[in-house]
Amino acid sequence: MFTNYDEIIERISLNQLWDFPGGVNPPQQKTLSNQSSIEYLQVEKTYYVPVKQHIGIEGKLLVSEGDKVLKGQAITTSEAPFSVPVHAPTSGTVTKITDHVSAHPSGIPELSVIIDADDQDTWFELDPVPDYAKTSKSELIERICDAGISGMGGAGFPTHIKTNNSKPLEFLIINGIECEPYISSDDRLMREHAWQIRQGIDILVHILQPKQVIVAVEDNKPEALETMSIACQQKTNYQVVSVPTKYPAGGEKQLIQVLTSREVPSNGLPIDVGCIMYNVATCYAIADAIVEGKPLIERVVTLTGEGFKSPKNVWARLGTPIQSLLTYGDYDKSQQSSPRFIMGGPMMGFTVTSMLTPIVKISNCILVPADDELPHPEDERACIRCSACSDVCPASLLPQQLFWYSKAKELEKAEEYNLFDCIECGACAYVCPSEIPLVHYYRQAKADIRNQKEEKEKSDKAKIRFEDRKARLLKEKEQREEKHRLAAEARKASLSKDGGGAKDKIAAALARAKAKKEALAMQAPNASKITNSPESEKTKAVSLSEVSTQVAASQKTQGASPAKDGPEDDTAAAKKRLVAAVLAKAKAKKMAANKANKETKDL
Amino acid sequence: MTMLSLSSSPHHHNRRDIGQVMRLVCYATIPGILANVWFFGFGILIQVVLAIITALVTEGVIMELRKKKTERVLKDYSAVLAALLLAISIPPLAPWWVIVIGTFFSIAVVKQLYGGLGYNMFNPAMAGYVMLLISFPMQMTSWLPPLSIAEQSHSLWDAIHTIFTGFTSTGFSVEQLKVGIDGTTMATPLDGVKTALLQGYTVTEAKSHIMFDGNYGKGWLWVAMAYLLGGLFLIKTKVINWHIPGSMLASATLLSLFLFLLDGDQYASPLFHLFNGSLIIGAFFIATDPVSASTTNKGRLIFGAAIGLWVIIIRIWGGYPDAIAFAVLIMNMAVPLIDYYTQPRTYGHKTKASKDS
Repeated sequence: MFTNYDEIIERISLNQLWDFPGGVNPPQQKTLSNQSSIEYLQVEKTYYVPVKQHIGIEGKLLVSEGDKVLKGQAITTSEAPFSVPVHAPTSGTVTKITDHVSAHPSGIPELSVIIDADDQDTWFELDPVPDYAKTSKSELIERICDAGISGMGGAGFPTHIKTNNSKPLEFLIINGIECEPYISSDDRLMREHAWQIRQGIDILVHILQPKQVIVAVEDNKPEALETMSIACQQKTNYQVVSVPTKYPAGGEKQLIQVLTSREVPSNGLPIDVGCIMYNVATCYAIADAIVEGKPLIERVVTLTGEGFKSPKNVWARLGTPIQSLLTYGDYDKSQQSSPRFIMGGPMMGFTVTSMLTPIVKISNCILVPADDELPHPEDERACIRCSACSDVCPASLLPQQLFWYSKAKELEKAEEYNLFDCIECGACAYVCPSEIPLVHYYRQAKADIRNQKEEKEKSDKAKIRFEDRKARLLKEKEQREEKHRLAAEARKASLSKDGGGAKDKIAAALARAKAKKEALAMQAPNASKITNSPESEKTKAVSLSEVSTQVAASQKTQGASPAKDGPEDDTAAAKKRLVAAVLAKAKAKKMAANKANKETKDL
Repeated sequence: MTMLSLSSSPHHHNRRDIGQVMRLVCYATIPGILANVWFFGFGILIQVVLAIITALVTEGVIMELRKKKTERVLKDYSAVLAALLLAISIPPLAPWWVIVIGTFFSIAVVKQLYGGLGYNMFNPAMAGYVMLLISFPMQMTSWLPPLSIAEQSHSLWDAIHTIFTGFTSTGFSVEQLKVGIDGTTMATPLDGVKTALLQGYTVTEAKSHIMFDGNYGKGWLWVAMAYLLGGLFLIKTKVINWHIPGSMLASATLLSLFLFLLDGDQYASPLFHLFNGSLIIGAFFIATDPVSASTTNKGRLIFGAAIGLWVIIIRIWGGYPDAIAFAVLIMNMAVPLIDYYTQPRTYGHKTKASKDS
């Protein structure tokens, strides 16, 4: 079915890798930021820590406003399987728990814990694992979860879920590709902390027991390749591989294809083809969590672009607002006609909506481009169907078809052309000569489809509820009718049993009713027509309406001439007449009901 | 707080826009045009100028009428390119109104009435060419012999004079310019062979005529080679993919080779077909028009190969000596179908065939 293990091992040892279709080679611009060591920052005054920084569900808050927290103290707890906690980036006071601008393209405010530092930077009591090799897998996985680790390469998938794997694993792939231009955070991390990354890998190997570990580094990072090779050289089943530079070689699916020629099934996971992949920064964080007992509270962030006078890499605590980072990188206002800050790289990053947007677990770069460095997009022109986009699509999609269908809102067609296999790498829009923001159209279409599906689910549920109710009512009605039928049968049976007596009873009842009617007719001359027992339903209705008009008329005349008659007299007479009318009405109703009953019985 | 400017990823662009792509194609025609001037005189230059002016005026007026950004549209150079391709496809000394009508038709009807750039189903230059060929067969088939074997040579001024008045400054008509030094009226090699075959001669006999230079028509070979050079430049600069020209030339070669091996007297050699007429221009410049061609690489192979076959079929059995325009238009119509059935297999998906089984 797919390339077998031995052939892959052989090709990797010969460094004969496979390729993925398409891809682009934008200018690298890595040297802008990767020339100096990662710098440590001073403690900020205020941190804005969003409670959710990963894919999944946020944890439950453990602190409230006014609480003192220590550095590394958990401020949320993981309750659901898909949630990971977040931790205080420094010691201080929780001043507020409120919605704060999010590190998301929309900037939609999200619940965040705002912490004012006390400048002591006092650690919470750390609880390292003395020897991970003697610790149970489930405990290690739990600790990874408690340390708040989620994928740091971009997706933010909770690491403990990925690590809790029971399927056979051939390749544990460590992703040090960092294929986006400009970004050098993983590059610097590998150069400076290869040993700790290796420790993280060792822990993962202990938990996952893969047959082979592949550390993949793009060949534009020779120093990182070397340090990683040195760090991994004692391990026979660790192979450090140099991967040709091409964007997006670091995409999970693409890297698996390059290393193994296997393709992750469309709705599947890497483990379906025997692979699991971790980013190098995630490995570093895992080692921190297990060996040092430190939760994830900081990460390497690249400050780059010609808008920075001194581009560099820094250790930024999670929750640091980007305005502080702009200060550290010496932001040069004069390079930009209007301020534009990109979180992430030039291909997949997003422009932030506020200077207070916080650094989160997946923020690997703040890119501040000069105006002529990454020009603002021009208006799109018409698509000329040149297919430059399909030539570069790493997923072998037909971007121009997806574009037509997305733009025309033919969402079913877009899905048919595998819209959801688009990884939004942006290669298509990068080459589009009409400068169409293709990815933007795809995102829109995807969101529309998701919304539609949600709506449909909702309406389906409502429909099911409605149908259920209808069925229930019908059943109840049937039961009722059945009961009536049985009762009627029982009555009939009893009638035929002692026929004479019952008949007499009926006759007597009828006579009683007649007498009553007559008495009433005397009392209420107005309603005489009714009491004189009209036979047909029609006449009954007519007489009824007559009654009511008469009543109404009498009321009117009385209302119109209150001065002539005495008021008391008047009301008394009116009351009398009204009572009579009402009685007549009730009588008529009763008769009608009787008749109807009779009819149903006869039926 | 200052407003931050927002945009959607990617923020990077390779900075090759439509205008640049179209200009590159225009530049790539330069070697061919120069070779044409060298062998057939200055007529082609006048036609190019006339065509471009007509195209710009037509497109500009329509843009104004459609209330679009006229300048921005004109700067995409797509009208210029369509005009240029039509101009190099017609006889160099055709009367001025031929190219003006043809270009107007290409831009106004074939391109703009279908919605403008990106929406036209047919190749504008070729649809314009076919319209002219059907409407003005005489003017559209008055090809000149190479200057080296023409009885009358003509200067730039003569070319201008002829295109606008029908006569050179010294009073010769196009008919007279067509006369070769041997005193016979010259045609294109394709035409010559076709006529000779109809008259019962063999291909070899037909090629003994003065307008042939070994296997190829005099001059035509070099013009074709010059366009080939431009075409290779386009592949090198990744303006076009190799698929369409590659499959088109391959299929034309294979079919003509097969027929040639079957009966060398009745059917001309593949080399004759390759380097005469506009097969090379067609393969690299005409059939590769992105708007009206197939968009998948597999589809492009089919599209190109089918055009190659049609060209040879029409050249041999059809009523016209050359057939690029007809072949391209026929296949333009098949593009939606081809595209539908040649979708590439998406990453992580099985092929359609294995899905069905």
